[in-house]
Amino acid sequence: MPAASDLTDQIAVPTRRQLLGMIGTMGGAAAMYQAMTALGHAAETQFTGPPVLSGARPGASVVVLGAGLAGLAAALELSRAGYSVQVLEYQDRAGGRNYSVRGGDRIVEVGGATQTCEFAPGNYINPGPWRIPHHHRTLLHYCKTLGVELEPFIQNNHNGLIHRSNAFGGQPQRYKELAVDFKGHVSELLGKALNDGALDGKVSAEDKEKLLVAMREWGVLDRNMAFTPSIALSGQRGYDIPPGGGLDPAPTASTPNGLADVLSSNVWTQMGFYFNYVMQTTMFQPKGGMDQIAAGFMRQIGAMVRLNTRVAKIAQDASGVTVDWTDNATGQTGQTKADWCVCTIPPPVLSQIELQASDALLAAVRAVPMNGQLKIGLEMRRRFWEEDYAIYGGHSFTDQAISQLSYPNDKFFQDGPAVLLGAFANGAGALQLTGMTPAERIEVALDQGSVFHPAEYRREFISGVSVPWSRMPWIQGCTSRWTDASRAQHYTNLVTMDGRVVLAGEHATYYGGWMEGSLLSALNAIEQLHQRATAA
Amino acid sequence: MKSPAFVVLLAAVAAIPLAALRAQDSAGGTTNVSISAEGEAVYRQICQACHMADARGGSGAGTGIPALADNPRLADKAYAIDILVNGSGGMPWFTDMLTPQQIAAVLNHVRGHFNAYPDPVTVAEVEQAIAAAGGDS
Ligand SMILES: Cc1cc2nc3c(=O)[nH]c(=O)nc-3n(C[C@H](O)[C@H](O)[C@H](O)COP(=O)(O)OP(=O)(O)OC[C@H]3O[C@@H](n4cnc5c(N)ncnc54)[C@H](O)[C@@H]3O)c2cc1C
Ligand code: HEC
Repeated sequence: MPAASDLTDQIAVPTRRQLLGMIGTMGGAAAMYQAMTALGHAAETQFTGPPVLSGARPGASVVVLGAGLAGLAAALELSRAGYSVQVLEYQDRAGGRNYSVRGGDRIVEVGGATQTCEFAPGNYINPGPWRIPHHHRTLLHYCKTLGVELEPFIQNNHNGLIHRSNAFGGQPQRYKELAVDFKGHVSELLGKALNDGALDGKVSAEDKEKLLVAMREWGVLDRNMAFTPSIALSGQRGYDIPPGGGLDPAPTASTPNGLADVLSSNVWTQMGFYFNYVMQTTMFQPKGGMDQIAAGFMRQIGAMVRLNTRVAKIAQDASGVTVDWTDNATGQTGQTKADWCVCTIPPPVLSQIELQASDALLAAVRAVPMNGQLKIGLEMRRRFWEEDYAIYGGHSFTDQAISQLSYPNDKFFQDGPAVLLGAFANGAGALQLTGMTPAERIEVALDQGSVFHPAEYRREFISGVSVPWSRMPWIQGCTSRWTDASRAQHYTNLVTMDGRVVLAGEHATYYGGWMEGSLLSALNAIEQLHQRATAA
Repeated sequence: MKSPAFVVLLAAVAAIPLAALRAQDSAGGTTNVSISAEGEAVYRQICQACHMADARGGSGAGTGIPALADNPRLADKAYAIDILVNGSGGMPWFTDMLTPQQIAAVLNHVRGHFNAYPDPVTVAEVEQAIAAAGGDS
């Protein structure tokens, strides 16, 4: 039985105890942070450089199934080690989920719905991966060595907007105002609790003094420990009249929102989001589209990749592996034989292909369904979010199905059309959008996104595309769904080499949902393969 | 190959490990998307994403997404319940998205409208299957 849920939740006004619980969590994180900085570092991903595979037998061959990042990295490293490598890929492009959609590209869904992207030259949307944390060392290693130029991904934009349907009468608020107000109210409450002696049994007198100072400074409270308007506070949340020059009027303070309003905004979910290890700045994106990473691999090993090749059967015996395939373009069928196989086909598809392997492996493949996120790219005539809202990259969040808008992180201040992410839906919201026609999805995205930019959104809209991951024929999902129970029962079976076949990919790692995990999985898989191949 | 305008971050950067590692890339907030209580609407809002509006499914790089319409396997309602409660291959479990009432309602729609199986799935049967799978719904 799955325990974890990635789905909807309801807004509940927290009780006082819950509030204090939240503060405790933040205090805990801060304390942990101190401890970690004292140690000098925190653990990063388990990458110390690509494996050095020496002593491959001359002529030994490997067939790699799937040309996503896992397959491409496996192929690159195995060929460097001296193996003869052939990659078979179903689509007419390499990269898999490492994918960007540009003007002229066609998106064909299970069920046949077809879109043709109409974006202007140079514009694109990354419907899958889009951000790279600074600690994803494996991916950064390949970007550097493959000549993939990276630029900043604006993750945390304090000037982005937060919308919740039943907060502030449905009016979006600036993140910085809500976050500063949340911090201020929580500080004031903790200050009161401390001054009332409510925590005297819990903290020492010395810590109580320090905490009171911390709450006053951190929350920007007044000398009575109250959260009130001041120029100092406006220095964080913004002014009513901002500082000017010369004879301009003096700045005036803005007024913080009340506790109940701030709580109804759920702003702590965004604040907490930015605390996540994988969501922390600095983040990067490849210049010109995420698929530049796949392009970098293809510059090295493109000649080994056979596109348009649908793997239909994977057989193995004591002498080798035989893969049956069909050419999507010509209908021609064929077989590829090799000594070993690295299979990166995502589980929803792999579970529907004849695979000769142990029952334990087959059961593991059947135990990993996928989440079905959906993204929408909208091309707008001009960068109104920059020109009219001073939002440069980053996100605005909503509790509607589209979940968020994200603004382009490149080409700031330029004239002409630009593409924003008009939906990054997950859970039930993603399925609801996926079940619609492409035109209906765009209509919903325009409708829901208009809460942020009501005057401009429809007026500046040119065209849009949606990528519903559950309906991408080559994957039928987006990111794999493990539970504690399925991990315990199946994970080791899934990732352990089975005869001559080893699985790799986003499903075969503890770092699911990230390109880093796909690469780490591929490197581990080829180490297993190499060990067996050289021991044989 | 052009030299990339890229700086390797050699300095180890301190990070704040929170208990709940965000396992996957996902949106940064929570949404309030409601799902109907009524079987036909649950099908439209959830199942149609994969099985299509006409419940005929579609082809993919494997065998694709199966049709639910005119599907002889669904004569066995225990089988149908098991699939929704425990998932199967690319078909996810739905116990964390749908209530037992919604699961019973949508199965009755699938088995009654897209097929003609007369015996209804009851909420109690769904709850039993969930309990058997080790959950408390
Ligand atoms: C919406 C979304 C957002 C994401 N955001 C991020 C992010 O911000 N940062 C990040 O690092 N990661 C992110 N990820 C995760 C990242 O995309 C994956 O971890 C990674 O790209 C997967 O690589 P892979 O090689 O494991 O699988 P894939 O890229 O899926 O490769 C599998 C390949 O197998 C091929 N294939 C399938 N069936 C067959 C067949 N029958 N025969 C032959 N070939 C077949 C497919 O066409 C595909 O090319 C995101 C994913 C999604 C969906
Ligand atoms: C994310 C895509 C997805 C969604 C959403 C989805 N299904 Fe499925 N479903 C599948 C796939 C893929 C299979 C085939 C699994 C396999 O290969 O064993 C399947 C199989 C089934 C089966 C078994 C069919 C058979 O012939 O054995 C039933 C019943 C079913 N789904 C019902 C539903 C219902 C009801 C819903 C809505 C509540 C739903 N599904 C939503 C993808 C999905």
